[in-house]
Amino acid sequence: MKIVEKAIQEKIRRSNLIEEKIAEKKKQRKKKKSRQNLKMRKEIVFLILSFFLIFVSGCTKRSTITMAGSTAFLPFADQLAEDYMKKNPGVNINVQGGGSAVGIQSALNGTAQIGMADLVTLPPEANKLKKFVAANDAICLVVHPSNKIDNLTTEQIRTIYSGKIKNWMEIGGIDKPITVVSREAGSGTRSSFEDLMLKGLKLGEDAIIGDSNGTVRETIINDPNAIGYISHGVVNEKVKALKIDGIAASPENTVAGKYKLVRPIYLLIKTGAETYVRGILDYILGPEGQKTIQEQGLIPAKIYSKTK
Amino acid sequence: MKNTKEVVIEKSLFLIALSAIFMLFLIAIFIFKEGTPLIFKVGFKNFVTSSKWFPLEGQFGIFSMILGTLWITAGALIIGVPLGLSCAIFLSEFVPRRIMAILKPTIELLAGIPSVVYGFIGMVVLVPLIRENLGGPGLSILAGSIILGIMILPTIISISIDAIQAVPRSYREGSLAMGATKWQTIHMVVLKAARSGIVASIILGMGRAIGETMAVIMVAGNAVKIPRSILDPARTLTTNIALEMGFAAGDHRQALFATGVVLFIIIMILNIIANYAVRKR
Repeated sequence: MKIVEKAIQEKIRRSNLIEEKIAEKKKQRKKKKSRQNLKMRKEIVFLILSFFLIFVSGCTKRSTITMAGSTAFLPFADQLAEDYMKKNPGVNINVQGGGSAVGIQSALNGTAQIGMADLVTLPPEANKLKKFVAANDAICLVVHPSNKIDNLTTEQIRTIYSGKIKNWMEIGGIDKPITVVSREAGSGTRSSFEDLMLKGLKLGEDAIIGDSNGTVRETIINDPNAIGYISHGVVNEKVKALKIDGIAASPENTVAGKYKLVRPIYLLIKTGAETYVRGILDYILGPEGQKTIQEQGLIPAKIYSKTK
Repeated sequence: MKNTKEVVIEKSLFLIALSAIFMLFLIAIFIFKEGTPLIFKVGFKNFVTSSKWFPLEGQFGIFSMILGTLWITAGALIIGVPLGLSCAIFLSEFVPRRIMAILKPTIELLAGIPSVVYGFIGMVVLVPLIRENLGGPGLSILAGSIILGIMILPTIISISIDAIQAVPRSYREGSLAMGATKWQTIHMVVLKAARSGIVASIILGMGRAIGETMAVIMVAGNAVKIPRSILDPARTLTTNIALEMGFAAGDHRQALFATGVVLFIIIMILNIIANYAVRKR
């Protein structure tokens, strides 16, 4: 009996010892961890501070002009601003999108010195602003390159977009349903298209909505049965631009007034702020800016004699 | 001395905690302030039951978008829940812990992929596949549901795994000792015991699906119409706000906030249900 008891006691003693050892090890580990934590904390504080430093150092003062608005004109405005800044290192031009409504609003309330809008009919509140036509933009109807149709009449376009014609066969194409692609309500491209083309007809309810010129183009590239409308400047070789009533959307036709689907791109400036933005405005409306606009695929507002 | 320090820390933590709630209230008040005038102007019933959305002509009806949201979310759940749940069961019951320690974080990485990337993949891969094989424009409820179904997987899987692992070992042992097979143990004992956690995971996944915007804009087609089949395009409440916000002014802008109000109410209801389900555990 005694031997057994002794053995049990011995076992308990040993297990106690082991437990103590484990507890000690755990303590040590905890200590190590807390030390590491402290180190980490210091590093994090340092990181945050250095971020602030970077941001503060970026905010050096230069004369800044903000342009905001039309997404259709955005890539061109970017290009123009970049060229202008190269020539005038003291000026910083900040180009933002947001849409035509944003362009008008921000020009009115002063968040942008130049508002960009691409509407055929400007809303009444824009009357308070000075308007300059920077370029004209043709809206092209585009289809997949594999589509056999090259030309549509105004009437055909109206019936397609109002949802009366639903199959390409009805207008001489293959037996496939038409995927009509439009833009969201409020878009400058859409309201110009509706003003010029639909004239009061309502968009068919089956129409798919893309949220930018680029999205519409991407949809057309991916769908052989789709038709959409995009700004002439974003048409590329992966989509086919259709003739309307037999007239192609070439710069010549647009300037001559033959092509119907054209809308102006306005630069809107608050009265009194002209002197501040005079430089960039003159640059965009002058020969150099207009040449860039033409090279990039838009139709210039004024045609300067071609080569001097 | 020590006491004042304690008090200061406690109070400042309290202030910080309050500020989070304060922000929630600010957002809620702002949305309701901007959105409710239009709801009253159009009439709540008209606003949620009319499907005529011509904001520039003053017609505001979001019924088709509520339906679109419900269709796409339901589709996402039909795809995401069986996949997520089976994955969670497999990972927690059949895979050794050591391997799961690698697999679980990998699945959670799915949550780190930006939604634009999901949308883009959906647009260039999934949409053409649907159009060529099933017909329709491709940009459809089905495409949206599949993309969202994949996007909610990490939420469902990781929360379900936690719920299943929280089931005490003794339950499983008891069941196996009674002569039940492993599968019987899982679906009759473990899943029953973990039910509320699994339900919570599904509801949180649903919340994510309802709130997702960017991926849906890119694959769902955004047409304003009452969807008749899963191959039809549809617009959800969130995509309606995101699509038209940049161009909206006046009543149109208010109508988008009103859309936000309706969405806010739907998500609040879901959150309350989720909290209730979690607490019941």
